[in-house]
Amino acid sequence: MKCEIEQIGGSLVVKLGGEIDQHCAEEIRGDIDRELDIKKSSSLIIDLGDVEFMDSSGLGLIMGRYKKMAGRGGTIMLARPKPNVDRLLEMSGIKKLIGRNKTKE
Amino acid sequence: MRNYMKLEIPSKSVNEAFARAAVGAFAAQTDLDINELADIKTSVSEAVTNSIIHGYRDAEGVVYIECEIKAGKNCVVSVTVRDEGTGIANVERAMEPLFTTAPDEERSGMGFTVMQSFMDTLDVVSEKGKGTTVKMSKYIHSREGGGEII
Repeated sequence: MKCEIEQIGGSLVVKLGGEIDQHCAEEIRGDIDRELDIKKSSSLIIDLGDVEFMDSSGLGLIMGRYKKMAGRGGTIMLARPKPNVDRLLEMSGIKKLIGRNKTKE
Repeated sequence: MRNYMKLEIPSKSVNEAFARAAVGAFAAQTDLDINELADIKTSVSEAVTNSIIHGYRDAEGVVYIECEIKAGKNCVVSVTVRDEGTGIANVERAMEPLFTTAPDEERSGMGFTVMQSFMDTLDVVSEKGKGTTVKMSKYIHSREGGGEII
């Protein structure tokens, strides 16, 4: 699992990689939330480009961050999911929740 | 032709990746495509995670995984994930999308929905205090040469 976090302008950019399951979701959640609270970012961009595998624990992670950002009036964007990850996102309905224009291919 | 494997792992979350990789590697002896492989691995991950976090919760137990391949014209990969944990009080309710017993822990409540969507059959048998057995199977849609073991 890889989780690199960088603040660019008002956005917190999180680059995830490897395999995301329940075993590592909590650590990723803690890392993102800590940075969001420190940087007070108005938008969160999760780059899924290097994620090889994700199960519903990853969906829980994304839904939780969506709620957190929505609660503070911010936005969330998912970028570059691989086809297998994209199928999971599509199936879950999370893309509709976040908004199609906010999901970059 | 029939082939099978059995696996026993302690209910540690670090074993989730091993379990799905092991089943994926076994299933790969059929000529399944990359999407079918991803579907099986994701579904195994969901079932094993359920056993670890819901079945055994804070206690440590054993998760039993079996995978069977029936090759030939109608190739089927079947996976059974069984635990001897707390069991599910209401299976029908547990299988509803977004249902979770632990909303504070940010579970998506999508585990069974993922298994239902990504596999062709799903059968869940559970008894309170006795444990849960999840049996699921996927038809490997034949391309050139069918679902022969390669």
